[in-house]
Amino acid sequence: MTRDEILKDLKNRFKDDIIEVVDRSAKRVYVEIKPESLKKVVLFIFKDLGARFNIASGMDDRDHMEILYHFILEEINLLVSLRVKLKKPNLEIESLAPTIEAVNWIEREINEMLGINFIGHPDLRRLLLPENWPQGVYPLRRDYKEWDPTAIRDRGVS
Amino acid sequence: MKTIVPIGPYHPLQEEPEFFTLTVEGEKIVSVDVQVGYNHRGIEKLSEMKTYDQSTFVVERICGICSTSHPFAFVQAVEDIAQIEVPERAKYIRTIIGEGERIHSHLLWLGLAGHFLGYNTVFMWAWKLREEILDVMEILSGNRNNYGMFKPGGVRRDIKAEDIPMVLKKIDSILPTLDMLKKAVLDDPVLQARTKGVGILTKEAAINYSALGPTARASGIKRDVRKDSPYAAYDRVQWDMIVTQNGDVFDKLVLRVLETFESVKIMKECLLTLPPGEIDANLKTIPPGEGIGQHEAPRGECFHYVKSDGTNRPVRHKIRAPTFMNLPTYKSTVINQTISDVTIILAAIDPCYCCTERISVLDTKGTKLYGGEDLVRLSQAKTERLRKEMGVK
Repeated sequence: MTRDEILKDLKNRFKDDIIEVVDRSAKRVYVEIKPESLKKVVLFIFKDLGARFNIASGMDDRDHMEILYHFILEEINLLVSLRVKLKKPNLEIESLAPTIEAVNWIEREINEMLGINFIGHPDLRRLLLPENWPQGVYPLRRDYKEWDPTAIRDRGVS
Repeated sequence: MKTIVPIGPYHPLQEEPEFFTLTVEGEKIVSVDVQVGYNHRGIEKLSEMKTYDQSTFVVERICGICSTSHPFAFVQAVEDIAQIEVPERAKYIRTIIGEGERIHSHLLWLGLAGHFLGYNTVFMWAWKLREEILDVMEILSGNRNNYGMFKPGGVRRDIKAEDIPMVLKKIDSILPTLDMLKKAVLDDPVLQARTKGVGILTKEAAINYSALGPTARASGIKRDVRKDSPYAAYDRVQWDMIVTQNGDVFDKLVLRVLETFESVKIMKECLLTLPPGEIDANLKTIPPGEGIGQHEAPRGECFHYVKSDGTNRPVRHKIRAPTFMNLPTYKSTVINQTISDVTIILAAIDPCYCCTERISVLDTKGTKLYGGEDLVRLSQAKTERLRKEMGVK
């Protein structure tokens, strides 16, 4: 299938799930979908279209959290980024880790960095933060405040 | 009787120091758990406080071995936001630097793999060759590592025409020895006995784990960002993607050796056909928006996502190194293998060797402690035993 056919097919197949499609350039498409439809759209892209999961990236956008799931369709050189917006304070979304092994680690990372709960994740332990890091302190949130008076975390920042 | 074997925790050279907890029954491994994050430096957060020009240098220091991969991906992400084209000459220079790095990284891996398997001659030869490439990089960029060549919009430093003959001569000088190494690796019966069928990553598992780079290509997946999503000058030169089918350590070894030859080919052709012209697109302001940059690092795709709000600093900068995707594949490769093979399986995806140096094995009563050196010795002893059994000197 060509790029246009795939995009058309996606729009038809998930017309109730897609909120917005931004056709950014020949290699990049950003598709905003409803959080509850994430799993079926991802499974279609990953299993049926045979895309590769690049990574997910989470961001704090003040009144909501945003997660982007990046998939690349290698045959047609198209990077599809699925955008999911979660309204604060309900930061919960279904985990994809039970079906796609590659999502396992990044969901753990987003969980500890931004405090988003992935429902049904098999092993939602901390990935990168140390054990003495306090519960409920999320370093990539906009309202993050330094909690350790002895820490020097701004060296070299001007 | 089950024994827990801790491996780790950390080596400061690689971005992802790791701690493995292997559960073994006798010699056989039954389960494995990986812990990372010992050297988490918060670079994503740090990058939000830096300007785009500063960030290029920050990300260059994420990894010491593949130091050009992160800036390569990062500048492409910034260029993706601004939607600008880089001058042709800059694209070629980027490709030359990227491939030089791949050659020295693969040689480094080959040397260490040889060392783990008890082939210290391979180690000496490979690292000697690597020196030549580091010299080449020094001629081209002024540095053996951390080249500082990249900037959003182009490169910082031009390649002088008078340097090119010397560089070509140096690259050519490694080819005969590299060829000898290739033959030595491919023809050695003991090496084959030691690595064939060891630590197999099946194609299905590689797809499900979204494995990258040599780890995926050794399992029969045609996956290479340089071919799938051509950038820089990779679609302007002739080269082949190496794919092997079995997914074991031997295939990964062969693949890396053959890939080194392709990198030499790309580097030479780029140097010979280097187009004249500007090396910088003079990118002044970054508009609001988001961009993604990908680069095929020696270990696989390096992925950067950058979001800009129109100021001189990124709002969000997500970095994903290839090992992040390759490391979890241990869960499927290490199970049912023996402890003496663990060193080489762990090294086969080319993570940090460090972890293997810090292995310690404790038997159930806690009376016997093996250090990393002992495990390397264990691995080397197995090769020695095979060598005797097969009657090879």
